[in-house]
Amino acid sequence: MAQLSCSDLTLGFGDNILIRDLNFEIQEGDYLCIVGENGSGKSTLIRALLGLVQPEGGAVVFGDGLKQSEIGYLPQQTVVQRDFPATVREIVLSGCQGSMGLRPFYRAAEKKRAAENMEKLGITGLAKRCYRDLSGGQQQRVLLARALCATEKLILLDEPVSGLDPMVTAEMYRMIADLNREGISIIMISHDIGAAVRYASHILHIGETVFFGTKEEYARSDLGNRYLHFEAANAAEREDRGGGIRPAGENAAGKGEEK
Amino acid sequence: MIQTLAEYFSYPFVRYAFIVGVLIAFCSSLLGVTLVLKRFSFIGDGLSHVAFGALAIATVMDFSNQMAFILPATILCAVLLLRTGQNTRIRGDAAVAMISVGALAVGYLVMNLTSSSSNLAGDVCSTLFGSTSILTLTKTEVWMSAVLSMIVVVIFVLFYNKLFAVTFDENFAKATGTKTDAYNLLIAVVIAIIIVLAMNWVGSLLISALVIFPALAAMRVFRSFFSVTVCSAIFAVVCAVLGILISIAAETPVGATIVAADIAGFFIFWIIGHALGTDQ
Repeated sequence: MAQLSCSDLTLGFGDNILIRDLNFEIQEGDYLCIVGENGSGKSTLIRALLGLVQPEGGAVVFGDGLKQSEIGYLPQQTVVQRDFPATVREIVLSGCQGSMGLRPFYRAAEKKRAAENMEKLGITGLAKRCYRDLSGGQQQRVLLARALCATEKLILLDEPVSGLDPMVTAEMYRMIADLNREGISIIMISHDIGAAVRYASHILHIGETVFFGTKEEYARSDLGNRYLHFEAANAAEREDRGGGIRPAGENAAGKGEEK
Repeated sequence: MIQTLAEYFSYPFVRYAFIVGVLIAFCSSLLGVTLVLKRFSFIGDGLSHVAFGALAIATVMDFSNQMAFILPATILCAVLLLRTGQNTRIRGDAAVAMISVGALAVGYLVMNLTSSSSNLAGDVCSTLFGSTSILTLTKTEVWMSAVLSMIVVVIFVLFYNKLFAVTFDENFAKATGTKTDAYNLLIAVVIAIIIVLAMNWVGSLLISALVIFPALAAMRVFRSFFSVTVCSAIFAVVCAVLGILISIAAETPVGATIVAADIAGFFIFWIIGHALGTDQ
C-alpha cells in the first residue's frame, strides 16, 4: 500500500480551481519532486497534503501506518520568524510538540530526539545560538531538524533552497538525498527542474498539462523534454553571462556531488 | 516620602492592592511576547476599548455584577477579532479599528445619555485612565483580580511549550497535529481576561502598555524565547512596583505612572541592546 495517495484530488477556492482530478501516490522511500510554474497550485497542493486546506473534491489517503500529522514539514520562511527571539534548541524541540497531545512539558525522550537530529544535521554547535543570527543555510538546517523531530517516515519540503547560494544549495540537496537513503520518503517542491531530475525518483509536474511518473519517464516525455531543454539553455546562458556565479541548477548540484 | 509610604502600607488594604497590581502587571507581560511576535499587539488595544464599551453598557443596565457581563463580552470580541486576523484576504487591522473605535464611541454616548452621576467627566476619565489612586479599588475587585491572575499564570506555565510552537510557526504546528485553533482561542480568552482585570486598575486606554512594553524591552537584549519571557516578566514586576510606589509618594495616577516607568525601562533596555549589539 502507498504511504500517501491522492485520488481525483481537486483543489481551489470556489470557482477558481487550481488543480483538477489529480492522481499520484508515494511509496515508502520515494523521492518525489513537484515542479510547475508559479500559480500552478504547488503550494495549495502542499497545504492539502498537510491538511491545512480542505480539497474541493477527491481525497488524500494515507497508508502504511502514516498519519497526516506525522509528516515532517519544512515550510518557506515567514516574516515573523526573521526577527523571532528563539534558540536553535527551542525551535528543534518544538518539532516534537505534535505528538505530545496535552502533556505540557518535554520528556527526556523528546530532548534526546531533538539532540540526535541536531547532531545528524551538524547544528549541535549552534544549539544555544539565536535563530535570527544564523545564515540562510543554517536556518534551513534548523527547520529540517525540527521536521525530523515530527516524523520518521515522510518529509515535505517547500522550496528548501530558495534564497540559498549555490554551495549551500548543493549541500542542502545532498543532505536531503542522505535522509532519503536512510528510508525517509521525500516530497519536495522546487523551481529547479535540473536538480529535481538529478535527485528525485519521481516527478509530478502540475500546470496546463499534468505529468506523474518516474524521472526516466519524465525525461522521455514531451513535457519533460521541453522543460529540461529550456532549463539547460537557461543554465548555459546564465553561465555565459555570469562567469563567476554558477547557476543553482544541475551544474552546481553536480559539482557538489563530484567532491 | 518614606513616611508617606509607611503610612499607606500600614493599611492592609493598600498592601493587598499592591500585591494585586504587581500580579496583574506580571500576567499581562507573560502573553505580551506571544502577542508582539504574532503581530497581535493591536488586538490588545482594540479589546480594551471593547471592555470600556461593555462597562458602559453594564453600568446603564444596572447589572449587579458588572464583571459577569464585561468578561464574556470581551472574550467574545477577542475570539471574533482573532478570527478576522487569520487566513482572510483583508487583514484584521481594519476590523479591529472599526470595533474598537465603535465600542469607545458607543460606550461614551451611553454613559453620557443615561448617567445620573454628577461627575460624569470624572467617571469616564477613571475608566479610560484607571483609578486615580489604588485606594479606590473595592475589595471584590482585589479578590477577583488575584484569582484571575493566578489562573492566567497557571495556564501560561502549562501551555508554554505549545504557545511557543504556535507562535513560531503556526502552519508547521497545525500540520504536525497541534490543535492551533484551540490555542489561538485560548490566547484570545486569556488576553480578554487580562484586559478586563487591568481595566479597573490602569484604565482601558493604558492596558496595551502593560502587555507590549515588557516584551519589546526584553527583546532588545535577550535572544531566546525563554529568556525573553522571563525578562519581560521581571521587567513588568519591577516597573509596576516602582510605578505604584512613585504614584503613592508623588500622588500621581497609578496607571499613568506605571506606564511612564515602562517607557523609561524600555529606553534603558534599548540603550543596553545597542551597547551590547544585540538590537539590530
